[in-house]
Amino acid sequence: MSIRVQQEDFDVGAELTAMRGNRAIGALACFVGLVRDVNGGAQVAELTLEHYPGMTEKALQDIVEQAKARWDVMDVRVIHRIGKLHPTDQIVFVAVAGAHRGEAFAACEFVMDYLKTQAPFWKKEQTPDGERWVDARASDDAAAQRWQGQEAS
Amino acid sequence: MDSSDLEKGLARADTGAVTVLYFARLREVLGRDSERLALPADAWTVGALRDLLRARGGAWELELGAAKPVRVAVNQTMARMDTRVSPGDEVAFFPPVTGG
Repeated sequence: MSIRVQQEDFDVGAELTAMRGNRAIGALACFVGLVRDVNGGAQVAELTLEHYPGMTEKALQDIVEQAKARWDVMDVRVIHRIGKLHPTDQIVFVAVAGAHRGEAFAACEFVMDYLKTQAPFWKKEQTPDGERWVDARASDDAAAQRWQGQEAS
Repeated sequence: MDSSDLEKGLARADTGAVTVLYFARLREVLGRDSERLALPADAWTVGALRDLLRARGGAWELELGAAKPVRVAVNQTMARMDTRVSPGDEVAFFPPVTGG
């Protein structure tokens, strides 16, 4: 299990390769989030990611623990970037290794849904009209809530 | 509360102080990222601390109002308005998170 909050970019191929050591792993599911150039109709030239040092790592750790308790997965990696980012940049990486694809896909989606609503990160966008903090979206809360009261399959 | 009020509060030997942190939009509109704050004997919950800060008026009253979706963490764990606060705790106020 590995959790990193960093300014530097990451190499998806290298991360996935590093997770392949265990011979019992039959599935690697991964999600990569990117900076888009449009949000809510406005052109985004630059994004600044702020976090809460200490709590952010702790929250990510807790989310990964919940995923591991819920699904039979062997390894989870989370990388989240902070600082200034630009369209097409990678922001977030979540990868889950398991015996089969079902639990790997589910755990990967669960970690992303919880990360979006529980991990203390905040985005500020630079647009032609100036800076603005991104508002939380109700659809993200709904995505996280659908895991509640639902048994792992 | 200005700095002299804060010093008076800290000088009271019978009350402990907490560290209060502000993040993202709240940090910007409130104009600070952290402060040490002495709490009166009856204000040792997150909700009471929020009321104390709102009483400063202006942006404090507006941004920490009941209608605002403010999130609070105590010692780096998400908290609720009835969560207890103890001397030495780190209490953070921030907007709903938008990472990922």
